[in-house]
Amino acid sequence: MRLQAVDVKLGYGDRIIVDGLDLGIEAGTVTTIIGPNGCGKSTLLRALGRLLKPSGGEVLLDGKRIDRMPTKEVAKVLGVLPQAPTAPEGLTVADLVARGRHPHQTWYRQWSSDDESAVSEALSMTGLLDLGERPLDELSGGQRQRAWISMALAQGTDLLLLDEPTTFLDLAHQVEVLELVRRLHGELGRTVVMVLHDLNLAARYADRLVAMRGGEVIAAGTPAEVLTESLLSEVFDLDAKVIEDPVAGTPLVVPIGVRH
Amino acid sequence: MTPLSHPPAPVRLPHERPLRVGPVSWLLRLRPAAIALLLLAAVALMTALGMRIGDIPMTVVEVLQAITDDGPNHFVVMELRLPRALTGALVGAALALAGAITQAIARNPLASPDILGVTSGASVLVVAAIVAAGSAHGGPSGALVEVGIPLLAVGGGLAGALAVYLLAWRRGLDGYRLVLVGIGVTAVFTNVKYWLLTLGDVNDSSRAMVWISGSLNGRGWEHVHPTALALAVLVPPALLGTRSLGALRFGDDTVTGLGVRTNLARGLMILAAVLLAAVATASAGPIAFVALAAPQIALRLAGVSQPPLLVSALAGAFLTSAADLAARTVFSPVELPVGVVTAVLGAPYLIYLLVRARREVRS
Repeated sequence: MRLQAVDVKLGYGDRIIVDGLDLGIEAGTVTTIIGPNGCGKSTLLRALGRLLKPSGGEVLLDGKRIDRMPTKEVAKVLGVLPQAPTAPEGLTVADLVARGRHPHQTWYRQWSSDDESAVSEALSMTGLLDLGERPLDELSGGQRQRAWISMALAQGTDLLLLDEPTTFLDLAHQVEVLELVRRLHGELGRTVVMVLHDLNLAARYADRLVAMRGGEVIAAGTPAEVLTESLLSEVFDLDAKVIEDPVAGTPLVVPIGVRH
Repeated sequence: MTPLSHPPAPVRLPHERPLRVGPVSWLLRLRPAAIALLLLAAVALMTALGMRIGDIPMTVVEVLQAITDDGPNHFVVMELRLPRALTGALVGAALALAGAITQAIARNPLASPDILGVTSGASVLVVAAIVAAGSAHGGPSGALVEVGIPLLAVGGGLAGALAVYLLAWRRGLDGYRLVLVGIGVTAVFTNVKYWLLTLGDVNDSSRAMVWISGSLNGRGWEHVHPTALALAVLVPPALLGTRSLGALRFGDDTVTGLGVRTNLARGLMILAAVLLAAVATASAGPIAFVALAAPQIALRLAGVSQPPLLVSALAGAFLTSAADLAARTVFSPVELPVGVVTAVLGAPYLIYLLVRARREVRS
C-alpha cells in the first residue's frame, strides 16, 4: 500500500463528514472516487494529501504517518491538485509550472538544471510548451487545467491526487485530461487518485473505483464490480441501466429518468 | 503532445536568469537588482545632502573636514545631522519592509503594518504616558523620554499586534480576515488615543501630537543603534522567507501541497513585520504612508507582481530621507515633522491606488 487511510474521522470544526473510514491505495494504480455531492469524497482526498488533518485515525504514506513526516519530504513523493485552485493575477504558465519545483528548492538552489528539465518535460507532456510565456488568465479553461496539471507533474512525484481535474471542461477537454492521466500511469508508472463526477469516464479511465455515500465507502473494486444497477440505486438514488461501453468494454451508465 | 522519449529544449522563465555554480543555483532578477543599486545611490545622495543643509550650510569639503577634524562643525555633522539622516533611512527601510511583508501576506496593496495594530497600539501607550506625566508633574523628561517612550512604543506595538492576531486567528490565519480585524482594532485604538488627547492639557496634547505625526527631529545615535540592530537581525530571515512569501500567494491547499507549512510561514513573516514596524515606530513615531507606498512604488519600479523585499526597504529609506529633507527645508526655518510630509505625499498616492484598483475591477 502506498497510501492508506486507517479509521479516519474527518470534518470541519464540529461538522463531521467522515466517521471512521478505511481505504488503501495500491502502487501503480489509477483509483477514482465517485459519489453524490457532499458524500465526503473531496474531504477524503484532502486528508490523503495531508491538506486536512484527521480528528481521529491516521493517514499512512508508505507505512509512515503522513502528519509526522516533514511536509517538504512528503511534497517530493506526493503531489496534490486541489479543486478549483487559484493563482495570482498575471502569472505566466511557465511561472506556475516552475512553482511545482518548490519542494526541491532551497535559498541556495533556486533553479537547478533538474528544475529546468522537469518543467519543460511537464509542459511538453501537456502540450503547453509553446504557451509558457502566456499569462494564465488568457488561456482557455482546458489549457488552464492542463497548466495546473503540469505544475503537479513538475513536482515529479510518484503519487498524484487530483480533485475533480475535469470540472468546468467540455467533453473533449475532459477526455484529453484523462488520457493524460492514463499516460502518466502507463508510461511513467505513476499512482493516481482522483475524484470525478462523470461515472462513464471514471469507469473508462480507472483501474479501481471507490463509491462513497454519507462519508462511508459503499463499494470498492474494478469498474465492472462497482458500477452495477443496484449500486447506482444505493449510492446515487439513480435508476439506470448498465450496458457495455461499445468502445472500451467498460460499464456504461444509462440513466432511466421518469420520461421513459 | 510530444513523446516522452525526446526531452524538450529547456524552458526559460520569462523574468529571471539562472546563475549556476556547481550545485548552487540562483535566480537573478536583473531589473530589480539594477533598481536596488539606483535606490541605494539615491539614499546615499539624500544622506549627503542632509549633511550639508541646515542652520549652518556647509559645502561638501566642509562636511568632509567636519567628519575628520575636531572643529566646531564636527558636533553638528557627527552628533546632529548624521544620526538624524541615518535614523530616517533605517526607520524608512524597516517600515517599508514591514509593509511589503504585510501586503504580500494580505494579498492586498492597501495593507500596511498599521492594520496589524502596531502603530495604533504604540500610539495609545505613548500618548497615555505623555498625558499622565503631564506638565502638572513637570512634563515628561530625561529617562522617560529617552528610554521610556521607545520601550512603551515597542510594548504597545507588540500588544496591539497580538490583539489583532488573536482576534483574527480561526483555525489558521486568513489574509482577508486579518485585514478586516486589523481595521476594526485600529479604529478602537485610534479613538482611545483621541480620548486620551482630550484628557491632557494643551501642552501635553501638542507634545503628544508631534510624536503621533512621526518626527526625526533631535534623533541621535541612541535611535540609530536599536533600529540598525533590529534590521541586522530581522532582514536576513525575512529575505530567506521570500520564497515562502511567493508561494503563499497561491491558495492554501496548493501551498500546503507544495510542502510549505502555511500557518507557520505566515506567522513568522508577520512576526518579523510587527517587530520591524514596532522598532521603527519607537524610534521616530508612526511615520505615515511609508509602509503603504514604498512597497507599491518598489513593485512598479522593479516590474514584478509581488512587493520585492529588498527593493521595498531601499525605496522606504529613500522616501523617508527625501521627505525629511523636505520637512527641514521647505518652510525653513520652521521644521515640519517628517510624518506630515509623508502624509501630504502619501494621501494623493493612496487615492491614486484606489482609483486605479476600481478601474482594474471595471475593465
